[in-house]
Amino acid sequence: MAAPIQVTASLNPPAGPSGIMEMPMVEIDGLSLWYVEKQALRDISMSVAKHRITAYIGPSGCGKTTLLRCLNRMNDLVDGVRITGSIRIGGTDIYDPGLDVTELRKRVGMVFQKSNPFPKSIYENVAYGPRILGVKGGSDLEAIVERSLRSAALWDEARDRLDESALGLSGGQQQRLCIARAIAVEPDVLLMDEPCSALDPIATAKIEELMLELKASYTIIIVTHNMQQAARVSDYTGFLLLGELVEFGMTRALFTNPRDKRTEDYITGRFG
Amino acid sequence: MRLGRLWRSGEPFIWLTGGALALALLLVAGLVGLILVNGLGFFWPKDVVRLTLADGRAITGEVVEREAVPGKAGQYRIKLKVANRDLYGADFQWVEEARIARREYPAEAVVIERVEWGPLIGTIRELRKSGKPVAVGSAAGWAEMEKRLPEVARARREIRSIEKGDIGRINFEQEKIRLKLRRLELRGVTGGPEVEALQKEMATLQARYTAQEGRLAALRARQTAGVLVAADDGKEKDLPLAQVVDAYFPNAMGVPAKARHYLAKVWEFVADDPRESNTEGGVFPAIFGTVMMVMIMSLMVTPLGVLAAFYLREYATQGTFVSLVRIAVNNLAGVPSIVFGVFGVAFFIYVVGGSLDRLFFAEALPTPTFGTGGILWASLTLALLTVPVVIVATEEGLAAIPMAVREASYAVGATKLETTLRVVLPAVMPSILTGLILAMARAAGEVAPLMITGVVKLAPALPIDSFWPFVHLDRKFMHLGFHIYDVGFQSPNVDSARPVVFMTTLLLLAIVVLLNLFAISLRNRLRRTYAVAAV
Repeated sequence: MAAPIQVTASLNPPAGPSGIMEMPMVEIDGLSLWYVEKQALRDISMSVAKHRITAYIGPSGCGKTTLLRCLNRMNDLVDGVRITGSIRIGGTDIYDPGLDVTELRKRVGMVFQKSNPFPKSIYENVAYGPRILGVKGGSDLEAIVERSLRSAALWDEARDRLDESALGLSGGQQQRLCIARAIAVEPDVLLMDEPCSALDPIATAKIEELMLELKASYTIIIVTHNMQQAARVSDYTGFLLLGELVEFGMTRALFTNPRDKRTEDYITGRFG
Repeated sequence: MRLGRLWRSGEPFIWLTGGALALALLLVAGLVGLILVNGLGFFWPKDVVRLTLADGRAITGEVVEREAVPGKAGQYRIKLKVANRDLYGADFQWVEEARIARREYPAEAVVIERVEWGPLIGTIRELRKSGKPVAVGSAAGWAEMEKRLPEVARARREIRSIEKGDIGRINFEQEKIRLKLRRLELRGVTGGPEVEALQKEMATLQARYTAQEGRLAALRARQTAGVLVAADDGKEKDLPLAQVVDAYFPNAMGVPAKARHYLAKVWEFVADDPRESNTEGGVFPAIFGTVMMVMIMSLMVTPLGVLAAFYLREYATQGTFVSLVRIAVNNLAGVPSIVFGVFGVAFFIYVVGGSLDRLFFAEALPTPTFGTGGILWASLTLALLTVPVVIVATEEGLAAIPMAVREASYAVGATKLETTLRVVLPAVMPSILTGLILAMARAAGEVAPLMITGVVKLAPALPIDSFWPFVHLDRKFMHLGFHIYDVGFQSPNVDSARPVVFMTTLLLLAIVVLLNLFAISLRNRLRRTYAVAAV
């Protein structure tokens, strides 16, 4: 069994589960965040490996969603947010004042806690992003929609009802549609904010299976409440507590042999 | 103690709420029922009764109502519509039942609707041509008259088409030339080839006008036939056929014939121009004016209200100032409508219209073009009156769209503008239409501000016609709401106009309902397409 990777402020590519050196996709360095006066993230440093699934776990209010939303600058929409430190994605500093936020968000897709399809048809939901990017209708767009729906394992269920409202789909289908919508613009990174928290076990299993397929093409970061889920799907896991990254390492190591007492308490259910 | 327990059981409260709803429904049903009963019965041909009184006098007319004689128990009197305003001086007469010796329903009693003086009730004596009898007696006279009536109607239509169409066009062109001459005069040109050319054109038009006048005179001269009708008290009326609109024998008609007559009358009411200071004929110009005004109002109020709501909800920083603006907008909805009317006159008509006149229609002054009431100003005034309704409805719709939906759009790289136009606007459409429905309902029923911004008792022409530029937004117009007020309370013969008031009310109700149904069906279709997930 490989030794747990020591992830520090250094951005050295960590060794992967197979022992191959991992390519870092996202590098976070000394990130702190305040909502007006209240500090929500404290000096977080880590790097996320390319084409791997990284999970953030931790009790409610620990800052895992906030951390996730830093990665596509969704926190910009909230008034009174202040950030220090740096985040680099694919080598680009995403808080560079000269950076176009919409460009960033095209490269960093997001799936939300509650499925939030647009009140439009299934086809239009998936086509939305490509249209924004300037893809005109027609065969190109149709190909993108089909490929995205196939990638999200929704094509067989939705192919005959592409013109129907997306709101007619079941909860699990809606969430997969949101995944299809996010990957239609071919992002590098896919952020998933508790994507299964509103789904039943069968729908959850489908999404998890899908994530494992998607990691071949995308770097996935998932926030989850569900420790079994993190253990099942992720390659790396970070445990956050009160805005602090307590421990970060390979999933199996973190769950079987936590180095920090607080991590151990949390995963054994002693608090949280 | 027991009362307290009863109250806590909740049962009395349910009865209270249910009772309040029942009362409200009853009031609405009563209102609509009253209007239906009074309005719809009006065109049904009533039998004509001939009463012979104890003193030998005969009175002929339609029974309108029956009531107890005040101060005499057990005695009743009936109100007869005797018509023949020009012969008797009054349309109605009360008769005490005690004085009636005999009631008959003579089959030869005829009701003639004519262009002037309201209906004529009597018996056909003879049909005349150029003053000489052609057919004598009721049956023969009617046979001859029935033969000639289509020709009379044709001539009347032709006269109208000459007056409104041909002569109207000549007048219109003459007015254009007059304005051109006036414009030249304002520039100091009073002679020269330009002026002469115009004057020559004017002369040609004048010649055409004279020719049309000649046609009219010839048409009128050809109509020499008349009908002699005998009424009560030995009175007679020699009525030129040209004045006859319709004639029928109610006592001889069966139910199918009456129904046919009824439908024809209803159609005439909806599709024809008014006659006799609006108490007879139809209300088509008023329907047209009402609908057109509501349409223009909708076109103005929707963009204005929606854009304002978008700024308030999507862009403005929420704070004390925005809250104050919101309160002010809500309060605007409660301002009495006449205040908006006054604003319309002071701002739209005097300031905007006056400036337009001075800038673009100087040659027509001192006759104002836009500097007086017109359908555009009335619609704008109503748009102002209803804009708070649209703002509030749109804002509520915007607030109901979950933030998550907007975030989903941002997350694929859409800008705020793209999100607003492609996601938020379609999703808020049903709310916008709800606002529009409320605005239209309010606007269609408003009368007070219109009375001072462009509604008239009788408009000479519709705001849309065949003369360039086809849509005349400066024209005054007729409106059903004002028509009700005018016919019901300002006409010389209020009593006989009362049923028209109810019919007009019914029409106004129908139009509001139709406009609303249209908007509601549109909204429901949009809702099915764009429904936001119920959270």
